[in-house]
Parts: sequence; C-alpha cells; structure tokens
Amino acid sequence: MDQFLLIAFLFLIAGVVAVPIASKFKLGSVLGYLIAGMVLAPALAALNVDVVSLQHFAEFGVVMMLFLVGLELEPKLLWQMRSRLIGLGGLQVVLSSGLAMAAGMAFGLAWQTALAVGLILSLSSTAIVLQTLNERGLMKTDGGQSSFAVLLTQDIAVIPMLAFLPLLALPEFASLAGDAGAHGAEAAHGAPVHADGGHGDGDHGGALSLTAGLPPWGQALVTLGAIASVIVGGSFLTRPIFRFISMANLRELFTAAALMLVIGIALLMTLVGLSPALGTFLAGVVLANSEYRHELESDIDPFKGLLLGLFFMTVGALIDFDLLGAQLLPIIGMTLGLLALKAGVLYALAYIFGLKGADRPLLAVSLAQAGEFGFVLLSFAVLNNVLPQGLADMLLLVVALSMLMTPLMFILYDRVIAPRYIEEQSKEADEIDVEAPVIIAGHGRFGGIVNRVLRASGFETVVLDHSAAQLEMLRTFGVRAFYGDATRPDLLHAAGIERARMLVIAIDDRADTTELVRYMVEAHPRVHVIARARDRQHVYELYSAGCRDIIRDTFDSGVRTGRSALEALGMHPYEAELRCRDFVARDRHALAQLAEVYDADVPIHKNQAYVDRAKALNAESEAEMRGELRGYNSRTARGWAPPSSADVETEKAADAADRDAERAAGA
Amino acid sequence: MARVLVYYAHPGDRFSHVNAALFQAARDVDGIATLDLYRAYPRFNIDIDAEQQRLRDHDVIVFQHPLFWYSTPALIKEWIDLVLEHGFAYGTGGEALHGKSLLQVLSAAGPEDAYSPEGYQHFELRRFLTPMEQTARLCGMRYLAPYPLYGALQARDDGRLNPHLAGYRTVLEALRDDRLDLDAATHAEILSADALPLTPRL
Repeated sequence: MDQFLLIAFLFLIAGVVAVPIASKFKLGSVLGYLIAGMVLAPALAALNVDVVSLQHFAEFGVVMMLFLVGLELEPKLLWQMRSRLIGLGGLQVVLSSGLAMAAGMAFGLAWQTALAVGLILSLSSTAIVLQTLNERGLMKTDGGQSSFAVLLTQDIAVIPMLAFLPLLALPEFASLAGDAGAHGAEAAHGAPVHADGGHGDGDHGGALSLTAGLPPWGQALVTLGAIASVIVGGSFLTRPIFRFISMANLRELFTAAALMLVIGIALLMTLVGLSPALGTFLAGVVLANSEYRHELESDIDPFKGLLLGLFFMTVGALIDFDLLGAQLLPIIGMTLGLLALKAGVLYALAYIFGLKGADRPLLAVSLAQAGEFGFVLLSFAVLNNVLPQGLADMLLLVVALSMLMTPLMFILYDRVIAPRYIEEQSKEADEIDVEAPVIIAGHGRFGGIVNRVLRASGFETVVLDHSAAQLEMLRTFGVRAFYGDATRPDLLHAAGIERARMLVIAIDDRADTTELVRYMVEAHPRVHVIARARDRQHVYELYSAGCRDIIRDTFDSGVRTGRSALEALGMHPYEAELRCRDFVARDRHALAQLAEVYDADVPIHKNQAYVDRAKALNAESEAEMRGELRGYNSRTARGWAPPSSADVETEKAADAADRDAERAAGA
Repeated sequence: MARVLVYYAHPGDRFSHVNAALFQAARDVDGIATLDLYRAYPRFNIDIDAEQQRLRDHDVIVFQHPLFWYSTPALIKEWIDLVLEHGFAYGTGGEALHGKSLLQVLSAAGPEDAYSPEGYQHFELRRFLTPMEQTARLCGMRYLAPYPLYGALQARDDGRLNPHLAGYRTVLEALRDDRLDLDAATHAEILSADALPLTPRL
C-alpha cells in the first residue's frame, strides 16, 4: 500500500510540476509528461516498478479518448469521412509500410522482417496526436480532421496486422525465443486487465474470449452481434438507464455509470477480439446526439486526462538511455529517417486528397511519428518469432523517440510553417462563429423563453438543464439540450464555454446563480454573462459578483401587469406606456444608486451608506407624489407639449423686432 | 357614398386643447371609420397587414393631428414608413391607393398670419406640408387642401373652436356623401369652415 501511494505520488508530482512548465513555454502538455517520465525513470527503476504493465493500464486512456472523440462526431459526419478513412488512411498505411520495408531491405533485413517493421512503424500515435491537436485547437481544421481519419483507419488496420504478423515468422529467430519470448510474454500478458490499452493486441489465446472454439462463421456472427449490441444498446438503452440514475440525484453515480459504460464496451470488444478503442469510439458516435453527451464528456474527461498523462510518462520512462548511448547514431538516424519518410508520404497524400494551405504540412507533421500500437506490436512480433529481440529493442527506442519528437515538430509547425499560411487561414475565420453558441443554463419557464427568442432569430443555442423529463421533451422539438448541472465548470467546458459567445444563467437557485457568475467572471471574463435575478437584493449580489447584465425575472411582467391595469382603468394606452417607461427608468435609477453602496459582506440594515441613500431616494419620490404628481406628469409629458400662448406671443414679438431691425438696416 | 377613415394621432391625448374635441366630433359622424393611432399602437408596434387592409377598405384617408415641428407626430411618420410599402402603395404593382383622397386636419399653435413670408413662421402652411402632399401623389392619391385650426391654444377662449368643429363635421359628412367638390378642394390653398367647396344637395 505504501509502495502504491509512493508511486502514485511520484507520478502525480512529476506531472503537476512538468506540465505547467511545458505549457508556460508553449511546448504542450505531451512533451511535459514525456520529460516528467524521463526524469522519473531512475526512481521507478529503483522502486522496481513494472513500467510496461503500467503503460498497458494507462493505455486505457486512449480508449476513453476515442470514446470522447466519438461523442463529438455525429454519425452523419463519420459517413462524410468515408473516402478519407479508406483512401487517405489506407494509402498511408500501405505506402508507409512499403517504403519502410524497402528501407529495411536496403539495410539487409529479410523481406519478412522488413515488412513487419514497416507495418509496425506505419502506425501513428492516437494519444499524442489527438491530445496535441485538441490542445492547439487544430482538431476542427481540415488537416486535423484528416489526421483523425487516418488514425481511425490505423486503429482498424491493427486487427488484420495482428492476424498477419505471425505468418512473417522466421525460423532463425525461434532459437532466440526462449529468452526473448519470456520478455514478450511479460509485455503482452502482464497487463492487469487484458483490455490492454485498448489497442487490442488481440490476444486471442487470453483467458477470456467469447469466440474461442467457434468456427469462423460463428466468430464473425458473435463479433457482428457485439457491434450491433453496442449500437442498439447505445441508441435505446442508455436513455432509460441514465434517466433512472438521474432520479437518485447523485453526481458520482453518473460518473460511475459513465465509467461502467466505457469499461463494459471495452470488455465486450476484447472478448470478441476487437479493438476496445474502436468499440468505445462507436458507442461515442451513437451517443453523440444524446442529451447526456456533455454529462458523459465531463465525467470521462478527467479520467482520460489522468490516464493519458500516465501513459505519456511511461513512454518517457521507458526510453532506455543505455541502449541509446550505445547505438546513438543508428537510432537517431532511424528515427529521423522514419519521420522524414512518413511525413513525405503524408504530404504527398495531402496533396492528392486536395488538402490546402497549412493543412498539408499539418497532416504531415501530425502523423509522422510511430505510435503506441508499435509497443504492442513489437512485443507481439518478438513473441511470434517475427523480430529478433535486439532489433525490437532498438525499434522500441525509435518509436519512443519519434513520439518525443512530435511535440517538437508541432512547435516547428506553429512557429515556422503555419505563419506562412496565415493569410489563407484568416479568410476562414467566419466558420468559428458557427462554433460559438449561446449557452443557456436552465430551461424552465424563464430560460425556455430566452431560448425561443434566440432560436427564432437564428442563433445556435446549447441548453443545459437537470430535469431529464424536460430535456426529452425539448429534444423532440429539435432543441440542442443536454443533461447536467450547469453550475459545474466541467459541464460548461463540455458544452463549449471556451468557444461560447454568451452564457444566459436562467436557473432557479439564487445562490447558485451568484456562484456561477463569480466563476465566469474569474475563469471566462471574455464570455458575456446575462444573469437572472430573483429580486433587488439578488441584483446587488450579482452586481458585486461582477455581472453587468442582470435581469430581474418578474420585474418586466410586473410592470406589464401594471400597465394593463392602468389601461383597464381607462387610461389612454400610450399614456400608460409612458408612465410605465418612466416607472422603469426611475426604478432602475434607484437600483443603480443603491447597487453602488451595496456591500455583500455587510447586512443591509448595518450598511449606513445604503440606508442613507435609500432614505434619500424615498424622500425624492415621495416629494414628487406629494406635489400632485406634477413632476411625474411633466416628465411623462415631455417631448410633445405644445408651446404656451405666452411662447407664441414672445416669438411674434421677437420676429417683429428682427424685421424692424432689418428694415432699419436696409433704409 | 365614399368610405371615410379618420386616423387620429396625438401622443398626449389627455392634455389636448382642441384635438380630443375634434376627434370626438369625428367619432360622432355616422358612417365613417376612426382610429386613434396612439391607442392602437402605444408601443409603435404597427400591424402592417391590418393597416393596408384598412386602406384598401376606404376611399378617403384623413390624418387628424397637431402640427409638431412643422410635421406630424412621430407615430404617423412611423405608420407611413411601414404601411406604405413598395408594391402596395407605390412602385411596381403598388396601385392599392390609386384614386383615393388624402386630407390633413391639423391644429397649429401659431396664428394664421404667422404662416406667411411676413409672419414669424416665414412660410405658408402648405409649404410645410409638401412632403405629405408628394407622398399622396406618389401613391396615386388626390391630396386635398388641409383643414387647419390656427392659434389652437386660444381657439376655445376666442370662440373659434365650435365653428371649427362644425366645419369638421361638415367636411367629413360631405366627403362621406360625395358632396365635397374635390377639384375645388384640391386647388384651394386651405379649407376653412366658412368657405367649404360643397356641391349643391341634389
């Protein structure tokens, strides 16, 4: 237990220290984690930590990440990507493998070995690429989307590769298998859950399998059934389940349910020999239209972040500096060669597939590295006598180094490559506005009206509410509504508060409203906040919390009711309108006057300045009332009053004097 | 029988010296329609379709209002801006108002002699009303000479209000009964209660 706490503490402190420093220098969190891992390596070795097993465990972060990516991707969008998935992704794998194989043969490897190396190195790192693209806001660009398509294809390609690799075995490596196999077995089987990081190394011989012992058609049937159950279950079962859970009104139950969902699907996929990452991705896509999407996102996101961080640190920790020192030049050369080869292939494909401007180098830079698939496949290959242990160890370093290089290449892209395309990018800036919705927190009798007004004028809105029944009704009307407590920063984040132009706080609870305003002013000062106030006192609270657009929720309807009453009492409707306008203006004046002296920390009756000003304002309005409403009337009557008879006489006299003067001057 | 519609516009109905009385006189005339614009649209939320239909349903349109800054109260301007749409009142296909007549009945604080090159208002009343006259012309309407009450603030004390009210009633009834000589009314400088161009009763 002590050991566990110590290791956890070491990883946490390394991440907490390294990542902010890396971010400060704009290096990105991935590089921060990698460096933290390298620094940790000696300590981990001293504590006898099985870093490889830890890495397999941490790879579950990739599964979660693909689930989150799926949540962002509606089925329609996935369908639109199909040509890129097959064409761009497929060609990338084939061409990169082929060229790497040729290079390997040029260095004297047998064609089987060279092909295995090519296949292993053709895959890129989903974890690093998606994390970095998201962090830099490049995910929505054409280059980012293409990168994602290629990664998805690679994810699928792993499955046939696992089937194909054993066929490339060479008998001369079998003699080495005695000791090498032990190492490989440890790598492949040592993981606590053999979901195995998700990339599904398809350990068909593992303890649990639903397809073992079935004929091929039976295996296919079970596999298809598993996929179908993910789609059907995701579409029809999640909603009642989540509604059931929401009745308990406990935050952590949602988190548990979300984890249950992701882990369950990963497990199912592993049992039928499919990639868990692909399975959860599919589940994410199915749930992309669900009102629980943002809730799921905000629940899973922290786990994903922590696990990926751990994964990156293990990659850093696994860099074998002794071997690197011994074979420095060949390994550096292979790494750079690999990056150049893959980047070249990607750039050419980007050109062929019509990517424009900065998106071409972006694609090339993003996917040039080898990925975490590589770790899995390398140990698998050694186990199956496809690669000799020595070569695999070197390649392991090449993969790790190429991953380490990726953040650096992104920095190169940011500082050197992208600026050249800035003019072309600025033309596309309009699209960002579509991604800048108005978020409405609370969709009851108040927020619902706000939503209708905005949508009637064509604005994109995202509605957050914690009434499941209300949401389902809304969604049947096509409103983008999501379940969750809008006062939680992570849910706001999932709903896109960073991109939002505005947050309308229309929730019932006054303390929550104030708290949310305070958070927004602190964390997102750029976002315009309109807050619903319960009463005058609440207005002062919100004002002192920093909100400058405050609407009292019943004030306007009260004034309208007063106006209707005046009209029904026989007042001319236009006069009633003017009187109400005047009332509103006076009330707002008093409100602003008192807001200035309001102090949230001092109760009103103890706030002398407030009491004094309130008394003065009262005296003012009472004086006007006593004066037979004359002041009130004159204010109301302003703007239309005709001149008095005396004015007319004065004007006539002045004009006559002018004419006399003119005549005198002319004479 | 002509269908007559009186639009009344006064943002301070309660404080009116003569216009409220004038509008009451109009409402007492049988067989014509009246509308208090500020009552119908206190928030300037003019119902364009309803107003256009109202115009289609009448032959003579009367605007009764005080002269504010040599023009109409703001709501009449808003009404004109919104209701007299292209394709309805003017322009291609805008023939809904062709052949109708438009009359302004207004009150002015200044005395009659102020509205002359020698008076302190420096221009004749008709000069101030030319925008409305041209508006009517562009819409294919006949613009009748206005029926003004000068020195409106003292009119009641001077005993001029009652004859003016009677004249207003006569004008509206004559328009209703096709007894106002429209050609004469078009060419007159102004209409006044003691010299209305009426055709003899048949």
